[in-house]
Amino acid sequence: MKDDILIEVEHLSKKFCKDLKASLWYGFKDLFAAVLGNKNERILRDKEFWAVKDISFKVKRGECLGLIGHNGAGKSTLLKMLNGLITPDMGVIKIKGKVGALIELGAGFNGILSGRENIYNNGAVLGFTKKEIDSKVEAIIDFAEIREFIDMPVQHYSSGMKVRLGFAVAAQMEPDVLIIDEVLAVGDLGFILKCFKRIDLILPNTAIIFVSHSMPMVSRICNQIILMEHGVSVFQGEDVAKAIDMYYNSFLTNESSDVVFTDNSIELVSASFDDVKHENGMYIINWGDTIKVNCVIKNLNLKTTPYISFAIYDKEQRGVAEGFPNGQSFEAIETNNEVHFSFIFKNLYLSKGVYNITFSASEDYSRNIYYKVHKAITFQVESEREIWTSFLIDSELISRN
Amino acid sequence: MSLETRIYRKENNLKFGRLIKASFKDLIGSHFLAKQLAVRDIRSQYRQSYLGIIWAFITPLMTALVWVFLNNTGTVQLTDTGAPYPVFAFTGTLIWSIITESIHTPLTATKGAKGILSKINFPKEALILSGFYKLLFNSAIKVALLVFFVFAFGVGFHWYLLLFPLVLLVAILFGMTLGLFITPFGMLYNDVGKIISVGLGFLMYITPVVYAIPKAGFMKTIMELNPLTTLVVTSRNVVLGHPPAYLFNFLMILVVSFLLFFIALVFYRMSIPILVERNG
Repeated sequence: MKDDILIEVEHLSKKFCKDLKASLWYGFKDLFAAVLGNKNERILRDKEFWAVKDISFKVKRGECLGLIGHNGAGKSTLLKMLNGLITPDMGVIKIKGKVGALIELGAGFNGILSGRENIYNNGAVLGFTKKEIDSKVEAIIDFAEIREFIDMPVQHYSSGMKVRLGFAVAAQMEPDVLIIDEVLAVGDLGFILKCFKRIDLILPNTAIIFVSHSMPMVSRICNQIILMEHGVSVFQGEDVAKAIDMYYNSFLTNESSDVVFTDNSIELVSASFDDVKHENGMYIINWGDTIKVNCVIKNLNLKTTPYISFAIYDKEQRGVAEGFPNGQSFEAIETNNEVHFSFIFKNLYLSKGVYNITFSASEDYSRNIYYKVHKAITFQVESEREIWTSFLIDSELISRN
Repeated sequence: MSLETRIYRKENNLKFGRLIKASFKDLIGSHFLAKQLAVRDIRSQYRQSYLGIIWAFITPLMTALVWVFLNNTGTVQLTDTGAPYPVFAFTGTLIWSIITESIHTPLTATKGAKGILSKINFPKEALILSGFYKLLFNSAIKVALLVFFVFAFGVGFHWYLLLFPLVLLVAILFGMTLGLFITPFGMLYNDVGKIISVGLGFLMYITPVVYAIPKAGFMKTIMELNPLTTLVVTSRNVVLGHPPAYLFNFLMILVVSFLLFFIALVFYRMSIPILVERNG
């Protein structure tokens, strides 16, 4: 059973049409062509483009392929082909076993009907028999944790509750191949944890294709990755961390600092790492480095030195660390003068990845903010170890009994 | 355990016979899904309504009432219909509404499922089957009403009445086959659905729905060329206890519809990926 190749995709391509009227007209012509078998080579017609171009991969049982890329990179089109909803224009897909798709949760729900009735609707759409649903309905209600509201019309459910119920039904599938498209992004934390627990449970017996914009999720469950851009694969392989780096770096083009608050009393003239390699608008440091940070502010109308603090955000704009440098004092300063600061950040044990530093100036520690700028400094941490969490602790074995 | 393998590629190089077999298998296999969808739609429709099933037959009833009124007041002069006019008109409009509904059903059912068509792979035949179930439900209400009229207006019970459900099934088969051929085009262009609605509105007047076929003349020729005439007349004859007038035509329609139905089903099945590609 193990090591079966469940999904095999070869040179898959699909074209799409940008223009609605033309698209409908091509559809009309394709209807007739389909009746006649349509063995012609597919070439681009006017206003068409390749939404997916020449993608090949194999996924075995127990493996998870991550599909990442910008919006419109062709991920969803690829999934639709894998799910058999649309036919390829070139190439072949071979899928073995039962296919389950988590593309939309709660398909077939009707708002007027109760949650219980909709379990049957959704279950039927997903291919369960009546008997199967009958035997699973209690488990579904428990899994969704909405027993109290199960006989209430679904239109009065919160969107989170609907998603829970939809996932609870879908989670009863025991597919050989599972296709997941971004559905896990909705729902609260408890729900997401539950989803992952369920996925971890079925992963050993399933080949999964996972589309997500959440890189921590991708690095957590995927063992191979395709990074797509404009329909083509720009990276493919088992080096998940490298693919994620490439994905992040593709957003770096418009990195510029971003003043989010100012009362016009000061402004940041420059912020930099001292004596650190600088490439493509980013400082490159190693894991655990101690860094000297230089900042220059221009004082417009302050009487005393402001209190400077920092926050570090990762590429997904999650705050990962803050710095409140010790030893700051509030001496008098002159207006319209530049003030130079140097700080030291000791042992940055941030894990491999790209981070931004937010610079803040205030009257005192967390009081009366004057000025705040995002992305004052962008830097990349290099490390041999690829991990999906933000910190790599400096740890070692000291004894063993 | 060997696993089912699906292969997707550009050519649908399956033979027609295998497509029919697959389509038929899915049609039968999707009974539960179809029933579930039909029950879902019927329940939700009536749960949000006080007048409920009245809406299923109000339109044909009103049309018939208008014509009964026009006839009784002498506003329009109709030739003898060979039966009490109210029963004649009611049977005509009710049967007509069942036929038009069956023509519309495949398109309505497919449009209603647009959202899930582009997300989930399920047997598409279930949509047709669920449309058929809904149609049966609505038709059953109309037939009950019709039987009520038959007794209320003194036509009474006769053995032909038992043939009525069978005749109606043939009418539904004809309508749904036509509808299946139209659906793929209707999914692409909204015009198609509108044209069908408007066209059927006209067609009603060259079909003996509220008046009998004239004894002679141009209208008689047109009406007799119209296959819906056969369906309406045959259905009405068995309701009213008259011998079926166009038996040969009727059997022809049965055979042709039956054969075309399978072709329509395969066409529908093949068209779905193209429609999903263009719509979603």
